[in-house]
Amino acid sequence: MAFVELNHITAGYAPGKPVLRNFDLSVERGELLSLLGPSGCGKTTTLRTIAGFVLAQQGQVVVNGVNYTRLPPNKRNIGLVFQNYALFPHLSVFENVAYGLKRRRVARTDIGRRVTEALAMVSLTGYEDRLPAQLSGGQRQRVALARAVVIEPELLLLDEPLSNLDAKLRDEMRAELARLQNRLGITMIYVTHDQVEALSLSSRIVIMHQGMIEQSDPPDVVYERPATAFVARFMGYDNALDGVVSTVEAQVVIVTVGARTFRCSLQESPTGKRRSVRPGDAVRLMFRPDDVRLVDEATVQRDATNTLPVRSDFCNYQGSSTLCAMTSGGFRLQVLLPGNVQASELPGWARVSPDAIVMEVVSAETVGT
Amino acid sequence: MRRSPFLVLVFALVLVFLIGPFLIILISSVSGDTGMGFPPDGFSLRWYAKVFDIDMFRTTFAISLQAGLAATATALALGIPVAYVVNRYRFPGKNAIEVFFAMPAIVPGLVIGFSLLRFFVYVMRMPVMLGLYLGHTAILFPYTVRVVSASLKNFDVAVEEAAVSLGSSRLHAFFSIVFPNIRSGVAAAFVLAFITSFNNVPISLFLTGPGVATLPIQMLIYMEYYFDPTISALSSIIIVLTVLVVQTAERLLGITRYL
Repeated sequence: MAFVELNHITAGYAPGKPVLRNFDLSVERGELLSLLGPSGCGKTTTLRTIAGFVLAQQGQVVVNGVNYTRLPPNKRNIGLVFQNYALFPHLSVFENVAYGLKRRRVARTDIGRRVTEALAMVSLTGYEDRLPAQLSGGQRQRVALARAVVIEPELLLLDEPLSNLDAKLRDEMRAELARLQNRLGITMIYVTHDQVEALSLSSRIVIMHQGMIEQSDPPDVVYERPATAFVARFMGYDNALDGVVSTVEAQVVIVTVGARTFRCSLQESPTGKRRSVRPGDAVRLMFRPDDVRLVDEATVQRDATNTLPVRSDFCNYQGSSTLCAMTSGGFRLQVLLPGNVQASELPGWARVSPDAIVMEVVSAETVGT
Repeated sequence: MRRSPFLVLVFALVLVFLIGPFLIILISSVSGDTGMGFPPDGFSLRWYAKVFDIDMFRTTFAISLQAGLAATATALALGIPVAYVVNRYRFPGKNAIEVFFAMPAIVPGLVIGFSLLRFFVYVMRMPVMLGLYLGHTAILFPYTVRVVSASLKNFDVAVEEAAVSLGSSRLHAFFSIVFPNIRSGVAAAFVLAFITSFNNVPISLFLTGPGVATLPIQMLIYMEYYFDPTISALSSIIIVLTVLVVQTAERLLGITRYL
């Protein structure tokens, strides 16, 4: 049995309209699991069900072998970190961190020692007497973190903890979270809608959509082998070409897109649903802007597979790379190129490797350019 | 910014009509004259002395104070939990309950006064003080709910949930975390409710009886018999006291953002 188990959970806010329906999730001890998805996908509801603020109408929540399903939130030994910090405004940093220890009737001398340790861990030594209003956003979130871990919870739940911080602070806090996780080995469930955050922090990512799990895999698998079209779009497979399957081989599918031919690897994520593809199926080929290579006309054979003629419309310089908007026939493409390039200097052909393509089968009626 | 003469005129009129009556009362309260003529003849403080000489003013002031404080305290004791529940929970019939709790502020005071008279006095044969206290509690209740609600709305639910996740029961979280942060809202509700009770005429009119009146009722009674500046002096005292109370509460707790 996993450390955290949600079994057949049905939960939501209004009766008859559950956000989660027959939802299963298991988290191993020491994992940093991200729940990733757009707003409304049920990731926060999942977190609140584990925390006990949303009561499961059906199903079971088990943490470390203890049935938490009917346990009120104050009896669950879970640390919570909120998006807006949720510090106690009228209490000092010290009192904020000490709050949970006082509730647990820890001896006064131990409280002092543990609060001091927790504040040292988030590099806030010397801030004990400040009020939350006198701290920056990053400092507030570090207090919130110290407050949640000082009670030595079995599980730490974080609800978009970095989304109120600016980009630079976010990177710092991300590193700090990773360090904390390493040091304490505490099991964490981390809710976010930011794929970069999820990719860089997690040992496993669970991508949710409309209360269901689309994929549950390590970050590199989710990024390179998205199990569904939804995951692919979420992971930045922004380019789409519509075509028709002509041949299916053991590991490769041949797809015609207009006059061009594309070879696509038939790869599967370990947990993904097996895709059955038959000749004649209408499919959408999706790939990321950074998986497109531009090649000179001279080096391309006119009928070479996985290539297509492109016209560069304009480029947006982004520092270390440049994002170019292109058109090919009726399709719009985005291509991410290293360095600073001008639209007028770019070669006229694009190539996409078979391994970089994710294929989505669409029904025949919706095919069109 | 260019000042439009029209706006200046509107502003001046607002000042005249808001402040003007108070000025007239203040000036006539130090009149040397025995009538209420304006402008007054001469200067004298004898009307202030007379306010403190009249027994009925002292006893009715005490009654107003007692009824007002007791009713305000009760309305707060009921209003805080109701405001909390209405703010924090969703349940069927919530809108109906909210409207119901706001009724005493919507229904005209005379109607409430009359119905309470029929019910408390004719049907239940209630003592005057008890009826006055209950009647005032009823009309203050919607104010306390509304003002406390406003301050609860400004307080993030997540903060309370943080306390619960750290091991507090809902009740302990309310007293240790929520209440200290809505203190100024509660103080605002207290001041507003008490002043509302202290000023109330229509309910008190029906619920007071022979020998037991509130200060505003006693002032009306006095004016029926005597037409001298005593009432001006008493009004001036009330104005100054009100301003002092509101000013102090504002200085200490910043209550005006909830009024």
